[in-house]
Amino acid sequence: MSKLTAYLDGVGALGPGFDNWTQLAARLRGEEPWRPAPTVLPAPQALPPAERRRVGKPVRLALALGFEAAAMAGSDTTKLATVFTASGGDGDNMHALCTTLAEPERLVSPTRFTNSVHNGPAGYWGIAAAASAPCNVLSAFDSSFAMGLLEALGQLQDEQRKVLLIAYDTPYPGPLASLRPLPDSCGVALLLSPQRSERSLARIAVTVDAAPCGSTGLAELDALGQSAPALRALPLLAALANGQAVRCALEAPLPLAVELQPCV
Amino acid sequence: MQALHLSCFTAVSCLGTGLEPTLAALAANRSGLARCAFETAELATHIGAVAGVDDYRLPAELAAYDCRNNRLAVLALEEDGFAEAVRAAAQRYGAARVGVFLGTSTAGILETEQAYRRLDEAGAFVAPPVYEGSHTPYALADVVARHLGLSGPAFVVSTACSSGAKVFASAARLIGAGLIDAAVVGGVDSLCLTTLYGFNSLELVSAEPCRPYDSERKGISIGEAAAFALLERPAGTLPPEAVLLAGVGESSDAYHMSSPHPEGRGAYAAMRAALESAGLCAGDVDYLNLHGTATPSNDAAEGQAVMRLFGRDVPASSTKGATGHTLGAAGALELVIAALTLQHGLIPGSPGSHELDPALDLDYVFTPRRQALGVVMSNSFGFGGSNASVVLRRADAKGHA
Repeated sequence: MSKLTAYLDGVGALGPGFDNWTQLAARLRGEEPWRPAPTVLPAPQALPPAERRRVGKPVRLALALGFEAAAMAGSDTTKLATVFTASGGDGDNMHALCTTLAEPERLVSPTRFTNSVHNGPAGYWGIAAAASAPCNVLSAFDSSFAMGLLEALGQLQDEQRKVLLIAYDTPYPGPLASLRPLPDSCGVALLLSPQRSERSLARIAVTVDAAPCGSTGLAELDALGQSAPALRALPLLAALANGQAVRCALEAPLPLAVELQPCV
Repeated sequence: MQALHLSCFTAVSCLGTGLEPTLAALAANRSGLARCAFETAELATHIGAVAGVDDYRLPAELAAYDCRNNRLAVLALEEDGFAEAVRAAAQRYGAARVGVFLGTSTAGILETEQAYRRLDEAGAFVAPPVYEGSHTPYALADVVARHLGLSGPAFVVSTACSSGAKVFASAARLIGAGLIDAAVVGGVDSLCLTTLYGFNSLELVSAEPCRPYDSERKGISIGEAAAFALLERPAGTLPPEAVLLAGVGESSDAYHMSSPHPEGRGAYAAMRAALESAGLCAGDVDYLNLHGTATPSNDAAEGQAVMRLFGRDVPASSTKGATGHTLGAAGALELVIAALTLQHGLIPGSPGSHELDPALDLDYVFTPRRQALGVVMSNSFGFGGSNASVVLRRADAKGHA
């Protein structure tokens, strides 16, 4: 049975009712109650002003997540390989483009079109972080977190280098929202390293195996985790926040078990 | 990386359905581009449309996946014995030991565009598109896995025009890690109004059929394609003409969302990384299939990088004058073309291109050449500065393992 392993050196988190990992961890430990509140997406300060104004929710979300995890791990972003995973694209752009294409003149905005690619956040991350290392951008519907983690661990093992995994989801506006209900913008970032260091928070291992469903131990946060593919990581992060080991299933096309063992 | 065997492959594009017509068109330097008459598009441009997609019907059990993109995908799976070869591999290894990694940029967006033309007064769909089976990018990997009976890891890579090449790296890594034994890799992108009008808004679309690397090039011609390969570890002694995935290199430009770095910094890094991954040097490459979209900036940037790495020593051409730019499928389509060139000793030409841009000092191939080839490289670069170069070699050519 092959096993993919890594050390977790940094975490980023952003979503409804939490602005960062510190806040989410406090809620996962039960120190503060989680209350739904609109996600506050910070402006991406690392981008040049012209780009900063143009970018939409997925870019602001993914950049905030990635920089938080990289800063926590003390990692140099210019050398970090990245894996972005999102269950859908930029819903706001898609809605605007489809609306324009349904009009007789079809006057498509070039900026909207450029920013509509699924790898928009990855492209802006490259510019903001001056990161010329490889990056990959995935989508796997409700399995997007699990498949992103597999891709990140595959890169880490194959090339023996650190990989930053950024999993995020943004809601659709307009009629698409009825077909794919998602909560407010949310996501997590994990900075994964092949070697244990003084920064290491936990060891993560993924195997092809059946495992019990994970839980945060808090009903509202379990419900939030089920509402967005990127937040399928919440049971794992709950164990991290509480300093506990856990082994649980990841939603995927095949049985996948993930283990987290805190570094002490 | 450990070399992997492309034990079966196929492609469908405007050149034809399956390998035989594709090879015949390449050998004849024929282009499949034609004046745009797609759906309701009113644009002065040429496109590479696949014949028969509109009339193709998915098997009944895949009814929930019906859309142009998935029709094109399943149509291609049925060519060149591909589906049979994959099902046999699933028998050998187990269905969960075969992964599915596919590139697409727009999946089933065409059907969503059409549904947006029929909204009620409240802005709700009158005839909603199918989200899970058509709209979401993953619909492509899902329909392919279902049709082939696979239950291994599956995802879509969507890095714009490098998608169909980057999946080869993802598959090789998970095979290398021992998580799976084989993978279906490829790319599928189909015509839609988003890309036709979107590239038009950026003034990147040519009115005439595209002319890659030509001094008079004026932009891209959009095409559609589906291309697939079955990757597995080489089993026993392979025949000399067997094609191996020898190496993959990836990089990010970290420069601009829609323009390449002017000196091709990311392109150069990806090509270098691919050679390193294959354990080969620039002098080992016998043919380079260029990204060559025919926009002024892309060909100039890529050309600079190629000149620095290869000089005039490697014959190079872009096949987009024949197929059009098939976006998220381009990487996979051009790897299948590269595999054909290795097996048949044919360097493709560049229909539509006549005179090399004088700023680019390359051995650019305008008309097909017959020549034995051992190692070929294919470039795929996308919006967001996402770059991938892939090296293929024949089993009787030198390389790792």
